[in-house]
Formats: sequence, structure tokens, C-alpha cells
Amino acid sequence: MRYLSEFRDGKLSKRVLEAISAKVRALPAGEIKIMEVCGTHTVAIFRSGLRALLPPQIVLLSGPGCPVCVTPTGYIDRAVELGRVPSVTVATFGDMVKVPGSRSNLERERARGADIRVVYSVTDAVKIAESSAPKKMVFLGVGFETTAPTIASAILEAQKKGLKNFYVLSAHKLIPPAMEALLSDKEVKIDAFLCPGHVSVIIGAKSYQSLSEKFKKPCVVSGFEPLDVLQSILMILTQISEGTSKSEIQYTRCVTRDGNIQAQRLMDRVFEVCDANWRGLGTIPRSGLRIREEFATFDASRQFEVNLPRERSDRHCLCGEVLRGIKTPPQCGLFTKVCTPESPVGPCMVSSEGTCSAYFKYGRKV
Amino acid sequence: MNQSNQILLAHGGGGTLMHTLIRETIASKLKNPILEKFDDSAILNVRRTAGRIAFTTDSYVVKPLFFRGGDIGRLAVSGTVNDLAMQGAKPVVISLSFIIEEGLPLANLQKIVLSIKRTAKEANVFVATGDVKVVQKGGADGLFVNTSGIGFIPKGVNVSSHNAKLGDAVIINGFIADHGISIMCEREGLKFQTQTRSDCAPLAGLVGAILGRIRNIHCMKDPTRGGIASALNEIAQNSEVSIEIDESEIPIREATFAACEMLGLDPLIVANEGKVIVACPAALAPDVVQTMRKHRYGKAAKIIGRVTGKGKPEVILKTAVGGSRIIDMPYGELLPRIC
Repeated sequence: MRYLSEFRDGKLSKRVLEAISAKVRALPAGEIKIMEVCGTHTVAIFRSGLRALLPPQIVLLSGPGCPVCVTPTGYIDRAVELGRVPSVTVATFGDMVKVPGSRSNLERERARGADIRVVYSVTDAVKIAESSAPKKMVFLGVGFETTAPTIASAILEAQKKGLKNFYVLSAHKLIPPAMEALLSDKEVKIDAFLCPGHVSVIIGAKSYQSLSEKFKKPCVVSGFEPLDVLQSILMILTQISEGTSKSEIQYTRCVTRDGNIQAQRLMDRVFEVCDANWRGLGTIPRSGLRIREEFATFDASRQFEVNLPRERSDRHCLCGEVLRGIKTPPQCGLFTKVCTPESPVGPCMVSSEGTCSAYFKYGRKV
Repeated sequence: MNQSNQILLAHGGGGTLMHTLIRETIASKLKNPILEKFDDSAILNVRRTAGRIAFTTDSYVVKPLFFRGGDIGRLAVSGTVNDLAMQGAKPVVISLSFIIEEGLPLANLQKIVLSIKRTAKEANVFVATGDVKVVQKGGADGLFVNTSGIGFIPKGVNVSSHNAKLGDAVIINGFIADHGISIMCEREGLKFQTQTRSDCAPLAGLVGAILGRIRNIHCMKDPTRGGIASALNEIAQNSEVSIEIDESEIPIREATFAACEMLGLDPLIVANEGKVIVACPAALAPDVVQTMRKHRYGKAAKIIGRVTGKGKPEVILKTAVGGSRIIDMPYGELLPRIC
């Protein structure tokens, strides 16, 4: 099977779209709001231009599944302060360098001479730590359950190698608690979830079963190709018409019910669950990962004392509402007029998976 | 004379060492009577009927210096030759400036000079003048090259990114994104099963073949940094037109496409160094495609879209599944030091 071309097949898409229209016609009138939690889905849907092909009753909402977007300003401020320590190298994934903090961002700090490096994986950061000892390496651990196991693995590797100069500043977050927080939010109206494909590779489709039953919302784990998304929407509509609410897998080529047990064990070995602050959503109980006491020597938040500026962000920025699916980027007064990829005000415009960035790049006029 | 096997600061000092380097390593390979005069300026005798002069310059800071399908030398000649060809000019002569980092192995410089020689021969241009500077360690990351070029535009040829017209067909000469992916893989040490090769090539011959048959070409643009997304947006903005591109018609090698997917890169914004986008009246398009396909650098040529509107500059992609979306001007540094 050719995963790239066959899952983008025009003729097959047409047939699935017809099936979707037929299902929608057979349902009672009214909008069906499907939240696609994951930033990669937001981009994939835009890149294939699916929105306009779906019947108008189907409304796709973008959610908080963009780890850069939900990282609070305070975290960026802490990373900036760490970058200013002469004995520290800060390593991060690319998107983080442009996210605005209260007074500066990592890109500007780099131009001022701070040692800020963009890496493609945490193993690069470990290598840099090894080769540049005794210079301290702080890796910005931002991500969901997809990346947390690799960070856990890196910490274990650093421990095995006896590295004394490798640290992680963890802002890892968990998806299912955020989904549950959204469903408990009175302002938010969601009828079903398109669940994140790669997070689910790790945590398994079982992770959505209880919230699906508790809140009576269909959950379908979807792949990222256009036909994956279309088939997932069809599966959601089938659940709605049958009156069922369960967690199903469309992305069967990668996702299983139980997920990757070894990855889950790795996460559990190094991290423990804690409350976490999500930009736009506030503090969500038991939705973050903190490095366990046993690995405290690798925890940047414990090992470094920094003075943080007063947290400040633009009050006109609607990233919070956008992340909860209450507003779309065009409804933000700053969108395209003040906030653009060249001069982002909020993180949703910075991240390549941010909703505002996706709307700007692909959806402005279409 | 015993040559050091590395470039030393002294090689840029203007003294004997430098002159020996220039004569033995550079000029002896790029042999031509104008260069070998070693005067402060090259004197060119230009026929009065030669036509309008096209003049361009470019600097090359690609990292790494050697990559599958090319090197900084081939790139430095091709890039400047192509900039001239895109205006409908026949490239004739180039200048060649080296800024060398102290410590660069002499063997590397020799390889690069040979590559320049071969590419210049292929493009039918000669190096008339040049310069060598050497900077201290850490000052240039191996080697930086600048080339400037002169070409002549025949009468009746009026090619510009400002000239695209409503109804024009948009054509590309082959597979996209190979250069950027090749550089990225080399730089990051990524070894995919199928190793992508850069498409780096001088296109003067291909363009000459097209203009030789079909005079009424409106636009030509080489999609380098920023990929075809950038080039198409420049045409749209400069000509004030809307362009529609058909995703399923864009030629891309399977291996390159897969690499882009794995690395999270949009192939439309990945760099090329051997591609030309042509806009011409729709009726002439089949002839242009056929002419391209007869040439070694145009075998996979295709019509990929059309100019659909006037007054509102934008580029729209019709996706494989029947949807549509904007192709925006890419922002920022996707992959630094790509050319």
C-alpha cells in the first residue's frame, strides 16, 4: 500500500464525502461540532482544503493539541533567564524560539549572544551535553505523550552515562485530561472528538474510553492523510446516528487499543503526573508531567534559581479562546493586522501547528 | 615549490603564495586569455549588435561544501548562469570570488575549482576575473563564493516576472524539492534508503532551446530558496495575477516526497537549484513542454497550473482530494545555508 498517494486519492475522497453527506442528511438538522484536538490535524485539514468540501452542518473546531501553543508565558520567561546564564546552553525544538515571553524570546536572546540551539531530537541535546561538558545543557521538554517517552529515555541515558551537566525543563502535558476539562467547560460545545493520531500510538485508544462514555461523545483516533480524516468523520457520524459513544480507531495502521506499553513504562519511570498550567485553559488537575524526585539532578526547575519578570501577555490576544474552540482566528482583532508569522503576538501564530498560523498560511481567503 | 596542503592566511596576503595559488590551483584550470592577463579588470570587447546587457550577482554559503549531485562550485556557476537565463539572456562571462577560511584543505579547493571548470564549460561561460581572500579560522566556515555574471538579451525577447498574463499556462521542467532535501540529509546525517541528489544544474542550454523555438515566453523564474511557493508568489505579486496550481500535476520524486513527509517539510517551499518555472500563452504550452522534454534537464517537464485572474495577487493550490488552499509566501529561514 502506498500510504501517501492512496490516502490522497481524489476518486475515493469523493465517494467518502458522498457517504458523509448522506449520513448528515439522515440526521436531525443542526450543527455537528467535531473538535480535532491535535495541531497536526488542523494543518492537515487545511493543507488538503477539506473544510470547504464537507457539508456545512459539520463544523471542525481546532483544539489545544499544540504543545507550543499551550506553553504558558512563564515557561518562556524561565527559558529566557536560563539562556542568560553564561554557563548554560539551551536546546529546544525549532518552534519555541519565536514564542513571545513577557519581555523577550529565545530568538532575540540568541541574537544577543545567548547559546540557544535548535535541535531535531533530544538525543542531539544529550550529545551536545557530552561533548561540551562542563557547560550545562538545558533541554526544553515541551510536548505531549508522543515526545515524553523520548525525553524520559534521554534522562535515563544521561544517568547511565553519568552526565552531570544535562537537564530538562519539563512542560510536558497530557491530552485526555485536557479533553475532559474542555467537556466540563460550559462555554465549549463539542459533539465529538477527532483524537490525535500520534499521541494515541503511545497511550492507546483505551485512554479515551471513559471520557467518551462519561460525556457521551464519540471519539475516533484519526490518521493525518485526507482520507484518514474523512473516514474518521464518517465513523463519528455513524456513532451519532446509532446513538453510541465509544473510542474507536481509524488509524489502525499505527494505533492499537493499549498503545505502546514500553513507552508508557518509560514515561512512568521518569515522570509523575502533576497539575499543569495550560495557556488559555488555566490549571488543569493531573494534566502535566514532572520529573520524579529520583531524577532531580536532571530537573532544571529544581537545579536552577532564576529571577522571573512579572508575567505579561497582550490582553487582546485571543489564543485562549482559540485553543478552546470558542473562537476562530479571524475573530481575533489582532489576526493578520497586528499578529502575523513575522511578528506574532501569541503562540498560536508562532507554532507551525498553531491554529492561527494554519489559518494564516492556508485559510486566509479560502 | 612545496605547496602546503591547507590554505593559510598567507595565501590571501597578496604575495607570492597567493599568486602561486591563483595561477596553479585556479587559473590553470579555468584557462582563457582574458583571465590569464591577470590585470586589475577584465576588458571585454562587445559587439554593438549584442543586445541589452543582463548583469547579476550571487553569493554562495551552502553547507556542506560537497553534497550528492553537486558542490559549492557547481552551485556558484549554475546559480548565476540561471539568474541570467531567467531574463532571457545568453550568459557569457562570470567573475569568481573566493573567501576561504584558513585551514581549508587544498584538495577541497582543487575539487571545487574543477567543478567550476566543468560547469562553466557546460554552460558555455568563461571566468574573466576573480579574487581570493583568506580569513582566520572561524571566519568563513570553509568557503564562501561570490559570482557575478553578464549575459546578452536578444532583440524581441522580453521575459520578466512582471509579464505573466491572464490565461497563461504555468510549466515546470521537472522534479521539485530535490536540492533542499539532499542538503538537509547531508547536513543532518540522515540516510534514507533512497539517497536524493541535488538537481543543481546550469539551465542556459534548456532556456536557449525554448527561446530558440518559442519567442513569446512571458515569464521565467528559478525557484531556489523558498521553493516553487516563493517563485510563484513573486510572479503573482509582480504581475498582479492569481495563479492556480494543480497538486496532482506537480512532479516530485517518491523518495523526495517521502523524505518531506517524514521531516515535516512542505515540498512546495523546499529549495531547488535546477528548475525553471515558465509562464507562456496557453496555446504555446505543449510546444514548450515538448522542447523541455527533449533536453536532459527537462525530461519530467509538465504543465502544473494556469494564471486564472488579474488584479488580485495570490497563488491557490487545488489539492489532490478536490479542495483548495492558499500557497503562501514562506516565512523565515526554513533551512539555513541551502545555497
